[in-house]
Amino acid sequence: MTKLFKYVRESQIWKSVFRHGYPDTPRNRTLAVLSNVFLHLHPVKVRRSGIRLSYTWCMGGLTFFLFLILTLTGLLLMFYYRPTADKAYEDIFALREHVPIGVMREMHRWGAHLMVISVWLHMYRVFLTGSYKPPREFNWNVGVILLVLTLLLSFTGYLLPWDQLAVWAITVGTNMARATPFLGHEGPGAALVSFGGIDFIHAGDDVRFGLLAGRFVGEGALLRFYVLHCVGFPLIAATLMAVHFWRVRKDGGISGPL
Amino acid sequence: MHFALATLMSGGGGAVNDGPIAAALKNFSNWLTEPTRYSVASILAVAGILYFRKFFSKISVITIFFVLSTAFFVFAFQDPNFNAIITKPDNVPIVILFATVIFFTWLALRRAVINDERTKRGEPTLEGELSKQKVFTWPDLVYSELICLVLFTAAMLVWSILITAPIEEPAATARTPNPSKAPWYFLGLQELLVYFDPWLAGVVLPSFIVVGLCAIPYLDTNPKGNGYYTFEERPFAISFFWVGFLLFWVSFVILGTFLRGPNWSFFGPFEYWDLHKLEPMVNVDLSTYFWVGLLDKPRPDNALLREAPGIVLLVGYFLVLPPLLGKTVMKKMVTDLGMIRFNVFMHLFLWFALIPVKMGLRWTVNLKYFIGMPEYFFNV
Ligand code: HEM
Repeated sequence: MTKLFKYVRESQIWKSVFRHGYPDTPRNRTLAVLSNVFLHLHPVKVRRSGIRLSYTWCMGGLTFFLFLILTLTGLLLMFYYRPTADKAYEDIFALREHVPIGVMREMHRWGAHLMVISVWLHMYRVFLTGSYKPPREFNWNVGVILLVLTLLLSFTGYLLPWDQLAVWAITVGTNMARATPFLGHEGPGAALVSFGGIDFIHAGDDVRFGLLAGRFVGEGALLRFYVLHCVGFPLIAATLMAVHFWRVRKDGGISGPL
Repeated sequence: MHFALATLMSGGGGAVNDGPIAAALKNFSNWLTEPTRYSVASILAVAGILYFRKFFSKISVITIFFVLSTAFFVFAFQDPNFNAIITKPDNVPIVILFATVIFFTWLALRRAVINDERTKRGEPTLEGELSKQKVFTWPDLVYSELICLVLFTAAMLVWSILITAPIEEPAATARTPNPSKAPWYFLGLQELLVYFDPWLAGVVLPSFIVVGLCAIPYLDTNPKGNGYYTFEERPFAISFFWVGFLLFWVSFVILGTFLRGPNWSFFGPFEYWDLHKLEPMVNVDLSTYFWVGLLDKPRPDNALLREAPGIVLLVGYFLVLPPLLGKTVMKKMVTDLGMIRFNVFMHLFLWFALIPVKMGLRWTVNLKYFIGMPEYFFNV
């Protein structure tokens, strides 16, 4: 057995992948982190206080992990789902009957709920430990954008099952946009946005219309939300997460007393 | 599956004949959770916990709290009305939210109390003691990440197998369900719709929340409390965030999920969601109070004149109050922060404070709008 391991570890294939020996010496442990593109988002050494669960609550890590679960299960769901008004509901409904061990939808839904909770708790922890203070001001701001993106991801996904709950929750939510000052047709100041006696803001061309591609939550809204949910927002979020983690490292690792 | 789970917990479901103690407990819960009392009680709770933080950060206190609330849940599950709302699969996360927020608040408070005592004795904080030592990312960090990941995946799988994701009737634009609720994480904003028009509750205030969060690192110039839990070194920042996050965000989400039923009427946790429950709407505009009540005249036709009292009041609130406070009671703050920071902070703060102010006025004098100009969709 030991021989076999040794043989595998000394083969050209293994060595082409891992450019260091087994990480049990300081040198190899350093190399393990530095030579791996994913691990090297971590510093080589960390403060002992920073990795205590009672300090970070692991909520940032959990949020990221949930994002990964959601990407994976979401990808699988995309195989079965067509974002049109007459197919969407049917496809979601059929998942239950036609897909063996169908827990993808469950994992995706419960994971999404949890991600919202964990991102709130992460923000709460960062606030309570004062970790937004210099030099981490910028990373806090990246975090705020990630928080908004998390909510938007969840909100756009809420519509996709195309059942009563989905459509009406999005209706209630997007009805607010009607009242956007200046830009919504029932918002204060909308009447001022006119030129030469012609009003520019109507139910047919205000921000809500732009969001929904229509006057109500219909097929146009479904497609828009689908594209944003599956492509637009995840891409932006993933990019910003990379920035976020990089900055955690560059700002001196997880915060701790100086 | 979740139906099975629900019936299991409810001991068979259906109406339960309550004994006198159970009935009293239920009535008390319904009475206490009425929005006015709920809000006042939670403000008192936050203030009390912060003040008596030494007591509340004890391990025994949180243990007793969780034991009692579990007992309460088990008791309450027997009630069909409570059961119906709490066991909705999509509400399970809200119960998790409730438990985790309370637990982590307690944990942070406990560490803050310990650290504050250590600092007073001149010892390093809990974090300070450990932060001198550095450990290798591999294996210390990578392994604990891996363990978290595996345990967490297992928990997610169990949850997903036990509780099926619900799906309701297909979308029908003609049939509005009652209540129609936004996704749960926006229910705090939907709750604000009781007090404010959509342009404020749905657009302006949320934008200010985001702007305000972004501004925090630039407004808080206190260098202390960076990288460890503390209360005494930043009492204002912590109290403010507690009020904002715990009261006006998390507790409103819980209120909106469990206690708001058809027509967004209030229902106690043990109350049946009756479609026909009507809450009388007797709210009065400030302009009516001023012209009809105070001057005993009909309200003027000109909208600007009619709403002049509210306009004067709010202009005073937003434009006169900050410099006035800056010149008097908050002089020290102005010198500490500088003019720009002080003004940005005051404006964000006053917008935030408008929420409890309006809520208070609604509860006490049934105030509808400070400024009510439905002609221009401009109601505050
Ligand atoms: C998708 C959302 C997010 C992900 C995946 C994420 C992930 C992480 C991770 C893994 C860490 C390392 C420390 C830890 O786990 O606590 C971290 C740190 C940090 N996060 Fe986030 N985060 C997110 C959102 C946010 C939000 C909403 C905020 C604040 C508004 C924020 C502010 C910060 C700051 C300031 C740090 C440095 C903390 C320190 O050094 O102690 N992040 N984040």
